Amino acid sequence: MSEFHLDDNLNLARKSQVLQERAKLIQSIRLFFIHYGFFEIETPLRIPSPAPEEHIEAITSDNWFLQTSPELCMKRLLAAGYQRIFQISKCFRAAERGDKHLPEFTMLEWYTIGFDYHQLMDQCQALLIAALKNMGHNQDIVWQNKKINLVSPWERITVADAFLKYAPVTMEEALVQGMFDEIMVDHVEPRLGINRPTFIYDYPAKLAALAKTKMNDPTVAERFELYIGGLELANGFSELTDADEQRYRFEEALKTRAVKNWTPYTIPEKFLQALQTMPPCAGIALGIDRLVMILTNAANIDDVVAFTPEML
Amino acid sequence: MYTASDLRKGLRVKIDNEPYIITEFNFVKPGKGQALYRTKLKNMITGSQFERSFRSVDTFESADLREKKMQYLYKEGDKYCFMDNENYEQVYLTEAQVDDAKNFMTDNIEVEILLFEDRPIGISLPNFVELIVTEAEPWAKGDTAAGSTKPVKVQTGYTILVPTFVTEGEKIRIDTRTGEYLTRVKG
Repeated sequence: MSEFHLDDNLNLARKSQVLQERAKLIQSIRLFFIHYGFFEIETPLRIPSPAPEEHIEAITSDNWFLQTSPELCMKRLLAAGYQRIFQISKCFRAAERGDKHLPEFTMLEWYTIGFDYHQLMDQCQALLIAALKNMGHNQDIVWQNKKINLVSPWERITVADAFLKYAPVTMEEALVQGMFDEIMVDHVEPRLGINRPTFIYDYPAKLAALAKTKMNDPTVAERFELYIGGLELANGFSELTDADEQRYRFEEALKTRAVKNWTPYTIPEKFLQALQTMPPCAGIALGIDRLVMILTNAANIDDVVAFTPEML
Repeated sequence: MYTASDLRKGLRVKIDNEPYIITEFNFVKPGKGQALYRTKLKNMITGSQFERSFRSVDTFESADLREKKMQYLYKEGDKYCFMDNENYEQVYLTEAQVDDAKNFMTDNIEVEILLFEDRPIGISLPNFVELIVTEAEPWAKGDTAAGSTKPVKVQTGYTILVPTFVTEGEKIRIDTRTGEYLTRVKG
């Protein structure tokens, strides 16, 4: 056996405890969903056309694409009458690699018919508290020297208020300057979910390609994100059910993608057709790898998967 | 030409006509937002550091940097003079550019001069140099406590901790990367 293989074995053996926590987490999540009558489904990883989003790039696979999220197929199931569905699957995103990003990662995604985004926040909180309790985390978790209390009411703050509280400019100013992402990353994100988990909600409509806009304010989308210890864990929203509006947004996204010379996508027609019969609902995607990071006090996403791309 | 996705720690790029080295790098992407490449950069001429985020559309020229073997000649005021052995041209570095290397430079030592677009901006030394101890307390017999050290001065004026048995006039080998004593050189 070569020296390299010995190193590899040692490295994998060291991860055993973290990987056990990971397995326990996934089992605990399943228990929750089974208890609440959710249907676990599987949808194809290889698809002909991903949802056209401005900043997410898919990896090609023999003229098709690897899914960037299971959203389109899951919504087709909702349109067909499925009420509560969840899936734990691999998602793939091109050129995303960093200490909190893997190009292949594990996503939990679930949908509830009849819910809006605030009800979904309640449900997300209930899921995480139940799953973590099942794993023996009853009160506090410590991640990277931050003590996060799970029991106290989780914080809810709008994006606009978070900018007022933490950023040097308002949300509107940041959007006008074209600096929303930079200010979010530098000033807002590091302050979210510090003592207790935070839901930050009501995103600018432009930053929510598949979310419903607010009835009384079309510039804001009913979208939220969950942060723990400054780490983004989940993204959810009240789903857009207007097929015409969705087609318009996809076409806009395709235009901006063309300007950047990104891979051309086709409009996912079967999804748009299904959207016409999809009832009001809310759905959310939660990064399993990052949740394992929080639970095992890992600073780097590489520590919570058995194999990184570089190890293959 | 580099794009932001080529950035990584140690890469040397040209920004506003100056060479920078990336000392820290991280990929970030706020939910549904664009990819950002957060870096900490160090100006290779002034040494000043700053943080900056780049977007995937940003591009960079690589910094035209190369190293050339030269010989250290002498110091004049706060300028250090080196000679290119190939064409006998002389180049100068400031005290700040030479920095800690001055502690290990003896006349005529061969060094690598870092050139940015043919302009000298830095120096790297051989990993090991041998210098003569010029000032040392005499070694008192009986002072044999294991691991005990004393400060001595070497010919460049640099003060270094050495084992107590090292005496004046002896030659010692020093690691220029750490500035620490390695061994006594006989003969």
